[in-house]
Amino acid sequence: MEQTGLVLKTGLAEMLRGGVIMDVTNATQAKIAEDAGAVSVMALERVPADIRAEGGIARMASPRKIREIMNAVSIPVMAKVRIGHFVEAQVLEALGVDYIDESEVLTPADEEHHIDKLRFKVPFVCGCRDLGEALRRIAEGAALIRTKGEAGSGNIVEAVRHLRCVIRDMKILHSLPEEELVHKSKEMGAPYELVKMVARDAKLPVPNFAAGGIATPADAALCMQLGAETCFVGSGIFKSGDPEKRAKAIVKAVTHFRDPEILLQVSEDLGEPMKGIDISKLDEKDLLQTRGW
Amino acid sequence: MITRPRIGVLALQGDFAKHAEALAAAGASVNEVRVPSQLEALDGLIIPGGESTTLLKLMEGTTFIDDIRRFHGRGGAIYGTCAGLILLAKQVRNPMQRSLELLDAEVLRNGYGRQIESFEKQAPIKCLGNPPFRMIFIRAPTIETLGRGVEILATCNNRPVMVRSGRLLATTFHPELTPDIRIHKFFAVMCMECAAVDTGEVCGVR
Repeated sequence: MEQTGLVLKTGLAEMLRGGVIMDVTNATQAKIAEDAGAVSVMALERVPADIRAEGGIARMASPRKIREIMNAVSIPVMAKVRIGHFVEAQVLEALGVDYIDESEVLTPADEEHHIDKLRFKVPFVCGCRDLGEALRRIAEGAALIRTKGEAGSGNIVEAVRHLRCVIRDMKILHSLPEEELVHKSKEMGAPYELVKMVARDAKLPVPNFAAGGIATPADAALCMQLGAETCFVGSGIFKSGDPEKRAKAIVKAVTHFRDPEILLQVSEDLGEPMKGIDISKLDEKDLLQTRGW
Repeated sequence: MITRPRIGVLALQGDFAKHAEALAAAGASVNEVRVPSQLEALDGLIIPGGESTTLLKLMEGTTFIDDIRRFHGRGGAIYGTCAGLILLAKQVRNPMQRSLELLDAEVLRNGYGRQIESFEKQAPIKCLGNPPFRMIFIRAPTIETLGRGVEILATCNNRPVMVRSGRLLATTFHPELTPDIRIHKFFAVMCMECAAVDTGEVCGVR
């Protein structure tokens, strides 16, 4: 059931493994990220923490800004589109970005449907909170899955919840007898074929990355030890006191995520982390993770 | 000759896990290499696909660059795929960057363009016989020039995509993303031949 070009789409995600993908809002930040060892940058108009603070409608970044970032670095450049906004995706594909994030961080454009990602040649990454959501996105053509976490919060608790949930759900599927999978597929709202595949392999058919709230090297290593294959770091770097140093530290922490000695070394003298938000104090309507269906 | 080569996969970043799976299937004893001292007991090393700039940053501030050169100098075989090839090449363009400077070649990063130009194609590899190999190119580099001692083992669209020079093997494509382990077997044999040279036996490599 392999779609054409799927291996090219998931293949790029495989190359990003064990790396850090950093949110940047201009060419200077992109260069800092590349020099610090980022495997890729996410081109944005505003980082999630500012989107949260400033409010208003958050849309795809302006093509001029994205192009400026593409010209500044040699690593792959990703950019975000609103959930369901397939025309923003067409624009980004024409621009030539390397990966599109159909993201809950931007204001959704469609409250029922996500983008039919199979129609595109450019690969997509999508967020999820549980296995059912991950498999729905994969069915639509996502070649890479990340946890949603709670973007712009500087609080790792939601990414941990989502990561644990996806991995637990996979283990449960793997342990079930085959005759229970149809009901499970109904319960999860996920296509039967994909449920069967996960039950057999105990892993997703595409790479599984972490995102949403990573602010320190230890946060990143935590996600890796819990089973993530790479980390997206959004506001955590450029909203901190010393972005350059923190970026380098997080890159090292992801490579050596099981080595407490190195984690200790890179965690020292990093300057101020981003401030962060207690998620339980947030109103339900202010959560970004509940966007997407 | 040894029967089971010990091959390390540089595991700083990239698709090292896929290479490790392919090597294990090819019958090698596989080790992840995250610190330079782990090179010591090896016959061969794979430098995987990933981002060459990231790999370089993670090597800087360690002794990896000198130690990998020394590993090669003392008889170790090295196979680089994509970013691994970029790190092996003597010269890198687009942009210019540091490398291990082992393989006499000039390499252009993202030689085919961005991700949207990534492609796959079946092409024959003479030394592996039939069937042709499914070659997967992802933001792949192109080999622009080759030194005289470098042998072209395969071409695709009239470009060299698999080359060998003595104990060095390189591909611009990613065999580890397919279930076909013929190239990993080929490299495992290379490692055994080189280990044989180490122990005084003769082998056909330079």
